[in-house]
Amino acid sequence: MISQLSWKIGGQQGEGVESTDRIFSTALNRLGYYLYGYRHFSSRIKGGHTNNKIRISTKPIRAISDDLDILVAFDQESIDLNAKELRSGGVIVADAKFSPTVPEGIEARLFAVPITAIAEELGTSLMKNMVASGASWALLGLPLEVFNKAVEEEFGRKGPAVVEKNVEAVKRGAEFILEQAGGPLEEFRLEEADGKQKLFMIGNEALGLGAIAAGCRLMSAYPITPASEIMEYLIKKLPKFGGTVVQTEDEIAAATMAIGANYAGVRTMTASAGPGLSLMMEAIGLSGMTETPLVIIDTQRGGPSTGLPTKQEQSDINALIYGTHGEIPKVVIAPSTIEECFYDMIEAFNVAETYQVPVIVATDLQLSLGKQSCEPLDYEKIVIERGKLQTGELPPLEEHKMFKRYEFTEDGISPRVLPGAKYGIHHVTGVEHDQEGRPSESAANRKLMMEKRLGKLRSLRIRDAIKADAPSEAPDLLIVAMGSTGGTIDEARTRLAAEGITTNHVTVRQLHPFPSDLVEPYLKQAKKVVVLENNATAQLANLIKQNVGYHDKIESLLKYDGTPFLPHEIEKACKEMK
Amino acid sequence: MATFKEFRNNVKPNWCPGCGDFSVQAAIQRAAANIGLEPEQLAVISGIGCSGRISGYINAYGLHGIHGRALPIAQGVKLANRELTVIASGGDGDGFAIGMGHTVHAIRRNLDITYIVMDNQIYGLTKGQTSPRSAEGFKTKSTPEGSIENTLSPLEIALSAGATFVAQSFSSDLKQLTSLIEAGLKHKGFSLINVFSPCVTFNKVNTYDWFKENIVNLDQFPDYDPSNRIAAMNKIMETNGMLTGLIYQDKERKPYEDLVVGFKPEALAKQDLTLSREDFDKLLAEFK
Repeated sequence: MISQLSWKIGGQQGEGVESTDRIFSTALNRLGYYLYGYRHFSSRIKGGHTNNKIRISTKPIRAISDDLDILVAFDQESIDLNAKELRSGGVIVADAKFSPTVPEGIEARLFAVPITAIAEELGTSLMKNMVASGASWALLGLPLEVFNKAVEEEFGRKGPAVVEKNVEAVKRGAEFILEQAGGPLEEFRLEEADGKQKLFMIGNEALGLGAIAAGCRLMSAYPITPASEIMEYLIKKLPKFGGTVVQTEDEIAAATMAIGANYAGVRTMTASAGPGLSLMMEAIGLSGMTETPLVIIDTQRGGPSTGLPTKQEQSDINALIYGTHGEIPKVVIAPSTIEECFYDMIEAFNVAETYQVPVIVATDLQLSLGKQSCEPLDYEKIVIERGKLQTGELPPLEEHKMFKRYEFTEDGISPRVLPGAKYGIHHVTGVEHDQEGRPSESAANRKLMMEKRLGKLRSLRIRDAIKADAPSEAPDLLIVAMGSTGGTIDEARTRLAAEGITTNHVTVRQLHPFPSDLVEPYLKQAKKVVVLENNATAQLANLIKQNVGYHDKIESLLKYDGTPFLPHEIEKACKEMK
Repeated sequence: MATFKEFRNNVKPNWCPGCGDFSVQAAIQRAAANIGLEPEQLAVISGIGCSGRISGYINAYGLHGIHGRALPIAQGVKLANRELTVIASGGDGDGFAIGMGHTVHAIRRNLDITYIVMDNQIYGLTKGQTSPRSAEGFKTKSTPEGSIENTLSPLEIALSAGATFVAQSFSSDLKQLTSLIEAGLKHKGFSLINVFSPCVTFNKVNTYDWFKENIVNLDQFPDYDPSNRIAAMNKIMETNGMLTGLIYQDKERKPYEDLVVGFKPEALAKQDLTLSREDFDKLLAEFK
């Protein structure tokens, strides 16, 4: 019996890889397994190799595995590209139609199943994904009823005849392979899961869900990979809560429309990736200057320019922190787990309204698109804080006086009123302004206003601004990272511990303003620090050096080939650096 | 009920004496009072440029945003609070150069806002460069040999983008301008009102006198039918865009807000933000 297993399906884009993966993982989720998915895809709709990998475990997992146990291949290219990942003794389930072969030097068992032939016999080659997934499911010896239930849900809306045919395809695939293999493979028999169904979603869905919980009712956005799922999720859900999603003509409109709506009192966000964020920079400055709340999600992908739109990277850090001209207060939050994607959206809206600043929530492609098990989300933790928003009646204003929307206060945060409020009229402008919002070029006023705005965030610490897993008081290595890499790091740390190397792990969640005071003690106690990130210029490491110091201790582990870190890469590099 | 004086504040505009924008400011104040608005019910969202300062010169909620983006900001305001009367405003550079993409899409989106463009055929605040509205051959600091680009026709563009209200006026004709702004504010949907608003400092060609000589006023044609889109397009082309009055109005098409599924008649900004436990559980159930 094993406690975890990795399964991958590969084929041409548009061949049913996505739907097979969806049904396969839904069925596993029903049985209570923890799942972590990885999508390899390209910026095209039909054609081109694509594959989805799922890691299945009886315990929580947050990382892709180094190797692979089962590869389901619709074509020889899928075998040629992915067989090297198979561990010795791994299995390939392939369509007999293309006379599959195992590449030289790979030790794997090949099951050639007449996938297309069976599907065509049942009426359409479209069902070959069902034959293939049925076959690989049967090898695991898992109950077929659960799988069929997932098939029924996938095809239910197409009518019972379609469901029946697909169930038959699954059955035929299963029967064929069981005969060939002589029954389920013992070495792939998974321990029973706890049977408790987990939430199973991608980060983008968790972000959308978090936004609804946060009271976000409008989203203005322009489609882009890998952010579009957020707007697609919200356009399905927001109408029920009186809101909507507007697909704008570009990202500039998306950000400025969100500013207008936040100004008028509705929690509104936009979401994009690097190219869109670049276009939004001027608007972010307007939000900062006019102290209008704004929430933006940046699902980081491979840059620069169009870069690698469907690949992993964490290279927007500098752009997000420094991208706007002039100097404004701004918050950048980087969730590192699927659960944090949910809770951080609530935090983002609360911070945006409380401090009247733009807040950027930065994920990365793997966190945004990797489908994974999510711990139960806690309704009790949903709290909406709107700061100094004045909702009651206001006292009358003196003649020709306006509401002091930018009143100097001790904490720099001024009372805020919404358009429509009697006696609340004030001016809002991106031009430097006085306390009522009127343009002002007075040097004295300028100085005070700059200090007011920039001072607002001086003490800001979001909930869990950093996360530390620091069992050692003087570790050989401190590993610092952000975003989706945490799970992979922890897996590598377990292996390093087994080899006698002590490690601590700090995840930076508040990237800006940088929580130096929280990070510093961990740097101090460590013998050496490895900052691990998916970019080429060590942006996070530089941020730490700039804010905290310890230049002599810090080394970088960088990966910028478009793929996420694997546990063995971190393990190897850490051993060398120690 | 508020009078037009209540839409005044004591801020002195930084416009040059004789600037056409003064009349636009007065016309907005009069139109707002005439249709019975209180100052707090009006939001004026403006862009950047001399004319963009207008939001600071009217006693109402005002937001002076960034160059070319008055329209998306104004649409955001309207979506958040449809009980507000929302005016977007700016110059021809703001709306027809840097912001043209937004103009076309705001027109086709058709939210119930009124867009007033102060069109002086020149960049004034940056001290005299060509605008998309400049005539071919027009000499400016950026076109010393004369502009070699075609002049943009915002009225034709508006009609072809599906505008439901297109009007044009001249800042010397305060009466017509006020009544067109009133009609625009009352129109259920997006209204474009382009106003010839002469720049007395940098444009020595398109002067008050020049406009008086060249304008065709549709008010003089009682038979003109503004509900006929083809006739409207013909009229714009016949007059080379030098016409004033209500050019086109489609009273049938519903504004965007009325077409959004699930959108309620009351302001979204006034609705409850909280998510019930029942709804939360329902949302989660879809991920099991």
